[in-house]
Amino acid sequence: MSAPTLVDFDDVVDRYDPVLGLEVHVELSTNTKMFCGCPTTFGAEPNTQVCPTCLGLPGSLPVVNRAAVEAAIRIGLALNCDIAPWGRFARKNYFYPDMPKNFQTSQYDEPIAVNGHLDVTLEDGTVVRVGIERAHMEEDTGKSLHVGGATGRIHGAEYSLLDYNRAGVPLIEIVTKMIPDTGARAPEVARAYVTALRDLIRSLGVSDVRMDQGSMRCDVNLSLSPKGSGILGTRSETKNVNSLRSVERAVRYEMTRHAGVLDAGEKVVQETRHFQEDTATTRSGRIKETSEDYRYFPEPDLVPIAPSPEWVEELRGTLPELPWERRARIQQEWQLSDAEQRDLVNAGALDLVAATVEAGAPSGEARSWWVSYLAQQANTRGVALDELPITPAQVARVIELVSSGELNNKLARQVVDGVLAGEGEPDEVVAGRGLAVVSDDGALIAAVDEALAAQPDVAEKIRGGKVAAAGAIVGAVMKATRGQADAKRVRELIIERCGG
Amino acid sequence: MSPESSSAGGAITRDEVAHLARLSRLAVTDAELDVFAGQLDVILGAVARVGEVAAEDIPPTSHAVPLENVFRPDELRPGLTQEQALSGAPAAEDGRFRVPQILGEEQ
Ligand SMILES: [Zn+2]
Repeated sequence: MSAPTLVDFDDVVDRYDPVLGLEVHVELSTNTKMFCGCPTTFGAEPNTQVCPTCLGLPGSLPVVNRAAVEAAIRIGLALNCDIAPWGRFARKNYFYPDMPKNFQTSQYDEPIAVNGHLDVTLEDGTVVRVGIERAHMEEDTGKSLHVGGATGRIHGAEYSLLDYNRAGVPLIEIVTKMIPDTGARAPEVARAYVTALRDLIRSLGVSDVRMDQGSMRCDVNLSLSPKGSGILGTRSETKNVNSLRSVERAVRYEMTRHAGVLDAGEKVVQETRHFQEDTATTRSGRIKETSEDYRYFPEPDLVPIAPSPEWVEELRGTLPELPWERRARIQQEWQLSDAEQRDLVNAGALDLVAATVEAGAPSGEARSWWVSYLAQQANTRGVALDELPITPAQVARVIELVSSGELNNKLARQVVDGVLAGEGEPDEVVAGRGLAVVSDDGALIAAVDEALAAQPDVAEKIRGGKVAAAGAIVGAVMKATRGQADAKRVRELIIERCGG
Repeated sequence: MSPESSSAGGAITRDEVAHLARLSRLAVTDAELDVFAGQLDVILGAVARVGEVAAEDIPPTSHAVPLENVFRPDELRPGLTQEQALSGAPAAEDGRFRVPQILGEEQ
């Protein structure tokens, strides 16, 4: 297949309006599967978390997991959705071995939550309201492994191996309304939406939302409309977008690819595409079957779900402080300006600082460590702030050692370096590297006397009342003690020794 | 149903049978297309007669028993061992079900 012609991104947004749509699948962290009592733990030996129901064996019957329905309703409420008073599951029929039943049970056209929204804050503080079309319950599929052929893809494989541990794990699919008018910011909006959704669902405690482990997965729908025309283009659906960065890159790539197709006077094919992490491109998958081809029909083995208003209100009462409420509270408590708050959020430091404060540190110091020194360290190592091998409790301990005078700022940075290098807890690094501030006056006095003797002319000035000259001696003492002296105490001793 | 929709009572076309056969990955001969088109037509015709007695104000029924909200607590139930799970499989490898080459599409 020839490589697609790509149009320069700036050129694309000059001439086309992107229309975004995002479908996010979230695996719930219930103890058991959607329709049977099998465990849902990630990483077990293949086919050890299966039973007749999730293997689709004859005679087995599904029963809905109440905790999954509650999680779905809570997600719907947190997304400002209406909760449907009545709905059925349907069978989505398709021929593929990742579902041993040959159909997936899904709410399809009777979703439990509809018509909501999520407000998303961009890096510069702009708020974009993303409409939520629906959130519905369904079940995850098994995992296939394609053997033979070069790439682990189906194409060229000799046969496939199936593990059904994941088949039947509860999934919530959250679908946005079309997101228009984002222009050049479409990639950023897509990423910010998925980030906000991840934070929201994490706060609800219903999923661990790990994109790297597949417990949160994103499909990016994109079409281009000639600028100002209002005519909707044909969309592509990109799957396999498994990190926040990839969400952004997939939108960007598809915009440049669509424009290339349209500029050549051709039609965009409605198809499923797969995101390629290594090249940040997408490649064609299958031509999408129409929804008629899935031959949906109401699942006869499951009775309808009809959440009573009382139940819904009871669940509303269980909603925790949601991320935007928490951010507003923290901004007020720490008295941050909008810009400071934004820096904190953009650096991915909010939770880390909050945890450091919780571990006993004052918010100003905690914030300063995370957004400056530690942010630099993360940047140097090319990792996210929360991936640094230091915990908020350890940062809080370093701050405590500084405020008690056992460390000065320079030594504190060395202690943090030691923790990052795997030398243990802050106190262990202090002991191991011998970093404590020298507070023993005897040792300091010896160093002060030595420095005064080495610079008799300076000593004379100090004796003559020029206290400002003490700086040179302080510097010499600090150097002699390898920075481990308390500079303030050194200055006091110098003046004392010069008869001040 | 594409490519040509058939309303209740309308004849099932050979094309529709061929399309359904493709979705189900069934190899159907030309002669069989005619046979199945005729047979499916009879079945659909019989079912469509229900529509003759159902008045406008009677909603379609999906469930025979008027039950709602049947749930299961989120508690583990013993399932199958890997050996039991794979015992009925025509082929297995590395604790997984082994299936022939999957053709023509990718999920
Ligand atoms: Zn099961």
